[in-house]
Amino acid sequence: MSRSLSHSTLLIVTLTILVAILLVANLFVGSVAIPVQEVFNVLTGQECARESWRYIILESRIPQAVTALLAGCSLAVAGLLLQTTFNNPLAGPSILGIDTGASLGVAVVMLAGGAMVVGSGVSAFLATIVGAFVGASAVMAVILFFSTFVRNNLMLLIIGMMVGYLTSSLISLLNFFASADQVHAYTMWGMGNLSSVSLQQLPVYSVTAVCGLVIAFLLSKPLNAMLLGTRYAENLGVNISMTRNLLLLATGLLTATTTAFCGPVTFIGLSVPHIARLLLNSSNHNTLLPVTMLCGGVVLLLCNIISVLPGDNGIIPINAVTPLIGAPVIIYVIVNQKKISYFNG
Amino acid sequence: MIPTPVISAQHLDIGYRTGGEGVKCVHRNLDIALYAGELTCLLGANGAGKSTLLRTLSGSQPSLSGDVWVNGTLLKGMSRHNLSRTIGVVLTDKTAIGGLTVREVVALGRQPHTGFFGRLSAHDKVVVDQSLEACGIADKQLRYMASLSDGERQKVMIAKALAQECPIVLLDEPTAFLDIVSRIEVMSLLHRIAVEHQRAILLSTHDIEQALVLSDRLWLLSRENGLVTGVTEDLILSGGFNNLFPHTEIHFDPLHGSYYPTVQRRKTVVVECVDETLLHWTVNMLNRNGYGVSFDSETSAMPVLRVVNKQSLVWKDAGCEVALHSFDELSQFLRER
Repeated sequence: MSRSLSHSTLLIVTLTILVAILLVANLFVGSVAIPVQEVFNVLTGQECARESWRYIILESRIPQAVTALLAGCSLAVAGLLLQTTFNNPLAGPSILGIDTGASLGVAVVMLAGGAMVVGSGVSAFLATIVGAFVGASAVMAVILFFSTFVRNNLMLLIIGMMVGYLTSSLISLLNFFASADQVHAYTMWGMGNLSSVSLQQLPVYSVTAVCGLVIAFLLSKPLNAMLLGTRYAENLGVNISMTRNLLLLATGLLTATTTAFCGPVTFIGLSVPHIARLLLNSSNHNTLLPVTMLCGGVVLLLCNIISVLPGDNGIIPINAVTPLIGAPVIIYVIVNQKKISYFNG
Repeated sequence: MIPTPVISAQHLDIGYRTGGEGVKCVHRNLDIALYAGELTCLLGANGAGKSTLLRTLSGSQPSLSGDVWVNGTLLKGMSRHNLSRTIGVVLTDKTAIGGLTVREVVALGRQPHTGFFGRLSAHDKVVVDQSLEACGIADKQLRYMASLSDGERQKVMIAKALAQECPIVLLDEPTAFLDIVSRIEVMSLLHRIAVEHQRAILLSTHDIEQALVLSDRLWLLSRENGLVTGVTEDLILSGGFNNLFPHTEIHFDPLHGSYYPTVQRRKTVVVECVDETLLHWTVNMLNRNGYGVSFDSETSAMPVLRVVNKQSLVWKDAGCEVALHSFDELSQFLRER
């Protein structure tokens, strides 16, 4: 017990240091080349050679790095919550259609909500978040509803995918009736972009994301009981419906706010919990939750650095980078599932 | 002294409410008494309602009518927290605990006793140690669940229920999917726990053989006769088993405590044999080949099989004698006749 504890402590410390390094590294790279010395000068509050560099670092790179960290943490933890709730290692916000639900909410606000365009003001912006939250929670509620009588997990995943398709078709329909400008704004949002959170919006995003993460951490005891299945958990005194509602709330907050701000970022929710379990070699949420959260931060910060590598040639959409890390992990896990302990019930 | 049951119910109706006013009643008028310090086995055919009864008694499914009393408290009035400290369960549900160690799973049984974050106190750790020890899996406590055999996993789940420190433990087919060695180990373990820890243990099983050996009391559940309960030996001797599976194709043999297919008696043969084991297996072969057996050697019309030992069997029929030198030869002979 103590050996595994020290292993997990070491892992958490290492990941925290890695997060710090990557967070700083994110400030040094970007589509505009800024000399390292100048970045230091800006960060330490000294004179900077060009005022535009100071602006880029403070108004763009800092919020973007923090957003990458928060989005990574949020999506990874949301994925873990879903995998435990549905007792299915292949569940995730994208697969179950939850971020499609958030997208629908955003689409309703952006496409059907009149002239509002994302980022055109705080109220429009809040409307987007609320729309995403309602959409994500609605899809999650539908899936939870089905999960009460569809016991087969594979069938439940397929129901999730079908709900996702239905949601997508509604989005297409909204696109069809929307104006060209609205469609353009929505499409840009949909490509996934970690740079769309401004310094002014950052506090709102941080607070909601941290709320979702805190709820997740408060649920680690019932989450461990849920590994045994709902009937065992119930017998251990877990209030199943309350736990499910809180999970719904946490997953909704984490997925919806991230999706509202950054667009649907794929693969983090599905793959990071697996990376965390493989590193930790345990499904115990007491350690798995922090490790998953930190891994999510590391992975998305890394993806963000990769996405700005082309330099002057622009930024690679984040959704073109995340599958490069996510998909191989999932394939690895599926191919090796007989050897991986947490897969074998 | 008449012992007081830890779980009791009179006129209990169990079943499902199927939305709206619909009710699917599985059993009516069950009278129930479960005692501490005893292993009780619930036997019955598939679909007899064993799982429904267990779910009703564990409080995870309401009864249709009638009250269940647990240690003098009304089951449906018990708080979730109180219930989790009173009745522990072992189920056949699919779990996702392959990535937990044996010790972590047993420690989950402490959840009803720990605080908000589930942190284990020194006392909790002692209870976990004792539970691991009692189930004989202390040496495996750092192994992952995924690396265990089915029998070992079942022992871990029993240790979990033990760590829960509930006076009552209900188990839904804990020996299903287990090989004979594990089945006997698990049943002996449960009997020992019932006696040594003064728990009331109720388990459903299809393993009648082991149930008759280790169960202090039996509950026989069938659609036709409802619930028949009693001390194991009483039930066997009073013919309670004849009504458990109301089919003409099988019958209960109280001597051997097992069910046998009913013989389609085409012919009868008189068997003479001194050794009981030899006699039992001779009759076994004769029955399988469609022969009924009589021990009345006065009836001259019937053929006689005299068994001296397993290398020497003599078949006498209408004056002629056939000497057989093995059961293999007897089997050939019976088939050719």
